[in-house]
Amino acid sequence: MKLWIAFWNILAKDMRTYYLKPPNVSWGLIFPLAWTGMFFIRSGSGLDSITALLPGVVAVAILFGTTSMLSVTVTFEKKNRSFERLLLAPIPFELLMLAKTGGAILFGMANAFVPVVMAAFLADLSTVSWGVFVPGVFLIAAASTFLGLFIAVSVSEVFEAQTFSNFFRFPMIFLCGLFFPVENLPVFLKPLSYALPLTYGADALHGAVDGSHCMPFALDLSLLGAFCIGLFAVSLWNIKRKWIA
Amino acid sequence: MSDSINVENLFKRFENVEAVAGISFSVGQGELFGFLGPNGAGKTTTINMLTGLARPDKGAIRIGGIDCTGNPKAAQRLVGIVPDESNLYPELTGFENLCFCAALYGIAKAERQSRARELLDDFALTPAADRKFAGYSKGMKRKLTVAAGIIHRPPILFLDEPTTGIDVASARQLRQLIASLHRDGTTIFLTTHYIEEAERLCDRIAFIVSGRIVRIDTVERLVQPVSEKHVMRIACAQIPAGIEDRLAEAFPEFAVALSTGGFIRVESGKPVKVGPLVRFLEDNGAEVKEARRARPSLEDVFVSITGVEADAMRREKEKKGGGQ
Repeated sequence: MKLWIAFWNILAKDMRTYYLKPPNVSWGLIFPLAWTGMFFIRSGSGLDSITALLPGVVAVAILFGTTSMLSVTVTFEKKNRSFERLLLAPIPFELLMLAKTGGAILFGMANAFVPVVMAAFLADLSTVSWGVFVPGVFLIAAASTFLGLFIAVSVSEVFEAQTFSNFFRFPMIFLCGLFFPVENLPVFLKPLSYALPLTYGADALHGAVDGSHCMPFALDLSLLGAFCIGLFAVSLWNIKRKWIA
Repeated sequence: MSDSINVENLFKRFENVEAVAGISFSVGQGELFGFLGPNGAGKTTTINMLTGLARPDKGAIRIGGIDCTGNPKAAQRLVGIVPDESNLYPELTGFENLCFCAALYGIAKAERQSRARELLDDFALTPAADRKFAGYSKGMKRKLTVAAGIIHRPPILFLDEPTTGIDVASARQLRQLIASLHRDGTTIFLTTHYIEEAERLCDRIAFIVSGRIVRIDTVERLVQPVSEKHVMRIACAQIPAGIEDRLAEAFPEFAVALSTGGFIRVESGKPVKVGPLVRFLEDNGAEVKEARRARPSLEDVFVSITGVEADAMRREKEKKGGGQ
C-alpha cells in the first residue's frame, strides 16, 4: 500500500479544514502583532529592542497556535468519532499520528515567521543565525504540537482542551525565559523552568537572534528534540491505553 | 469454504462488567453472518475487537487468514467498517469524504475520484455530492457512511446496525446493496436490531446474550422448531388483570404471553380458532381491537432464546437515535 498517499491526505485535509481557515490565519497574524506591540510599548526602548523581543514573540506565537489547535481538533474528532476512521485505516499508528500532528507543526512554523517578516521591516536581521533559528522554530513547533496531543488525549471535551492548554501555556510564558531571563527568576522556580521544553527553545532563539544564550545550541536543540520524542511517545502510549482499550 | 473470520475464546472485560465472555465462531468466505442480541449484549465490543478498536483480554482473532490478535493493523486493509454511528467529517462534502476515505487505503487520486463518483451514483447521492456532510439527512448520512466503508472494495465488511434510525426507502436501498455485495462474494458480518432484516438477509445467525453466544445456526435451522407452531396475536385497547391465568385455565392447549403495547400472544401446536378466543376475552372485560394469525418467525426464536422483546429492543435503540 502507498502509505505516503494516506499520510499526505491526512495532513492536507487538516491544513485545509482546520488550519488555513480565515479565523486561524487572522489569529496567526493578530496574536504575534498584539504581543509585539505589548512588549514594545512596555520596554519603551524604541526599535532597538525588536531583536531582543523577537525570540519571545516567535515562541509565544508557535506555542499558542499549535497547542490549542491540535488539542481542540483531535478532541473534536474523537468526540464525533471521525478519529476512529483514522484508527481503522491500515496505516502504522506512529505514521498516522505524525500525519495528524504534521499540519499543526507546519501551522506553528508559519505563525512563527509572521513576526519575523514584520521585524524584517523594522530591524536589521542580517546577523540572525538562520541555521539555528529555523531548526529551533521547527523543534518548538513540534514540542508544542506534541504537548497539544498530550492534552487532547488527557481530556474528553473541547472546552476542557482549551482550559488544560492554558494551564501549561501561561506559566511557560513567564518561566521559560521568553521575555525575562531565567537567571532573574526566584531560586525555587528555576528547576521548574528547566523542566519545560520552551526554556531550551527560547534560549536557542535568543542565541540565534542576538547571541544572548546560556547553553550551547547543540544542548538546547538536543533537549528540545528529547522533549519532542518523550511527549510524542507518552501521547501514543496514552492513546493506545485509552482509545484502543 | 475457507474462513474469512475466525474467533476463538474471546474475552473482554470493562472494570466489573464482562462485555464478552469467551465467544468462538467463524464466518466462511462469502458468507453473510448475522450477530444478534439485545442492547449491551456485546455486539459492538466484539466488532471493535475484530476491527482493532479494542484489545481483547484473551482469545485469538484471525481475519482473512491473518492472525491479528496482537496486531490488528495486519488485516485492516482487508476489511471495510460501517460503524453504528456515522463517523465521517462534517466539514467535508460527500465527494471529499469518499475521496479522503479512499486515500486512507492508499488509492491514487484518479482512481479514488472515479470510485467516489461511482458510489455516489449507486447510492443516489450525486445531487448532494458537493454538499457538506453536516447538512445531510440521517438516511443520506447512513448511505454515505456505507459507501465510505466499501470504497476500497474490501473482501470482508463489518456492518454495525446499518439501517437503524433511517427512513424506509433508504433502509430498503441499503438492504438491496447488502444483498448485492453478498451476491458478489463479499463476506459480511452484520449486527442489526431488525430481526426480520437478519432473517431475510443472513445465511447464518449467532445470538449473543450477556457476552455469550447462546445459539449459532443457519436461519432455516433456527426457525425450524417454531415453523410448525400456530400463533395468534391479539391487540387489545384494554387488558384486564389476571387474563393470562384465566386464558391458560380455559385453553390449556395454548401458551399465552402478554407483551408490551397491549398485545396478547397465543401459541399452540394446533390451529388456533379466532372466534372462541375473542369471545372469551370480551366476556372477561378485554376490548379486542384486532386478532391476526402470525407466521412464526426468527423473532419468536429470538424472544424464546434471549427473553427480550424484539419490539422493545428496537424501540429503545431508535429512541437513543441509534444509527446516526
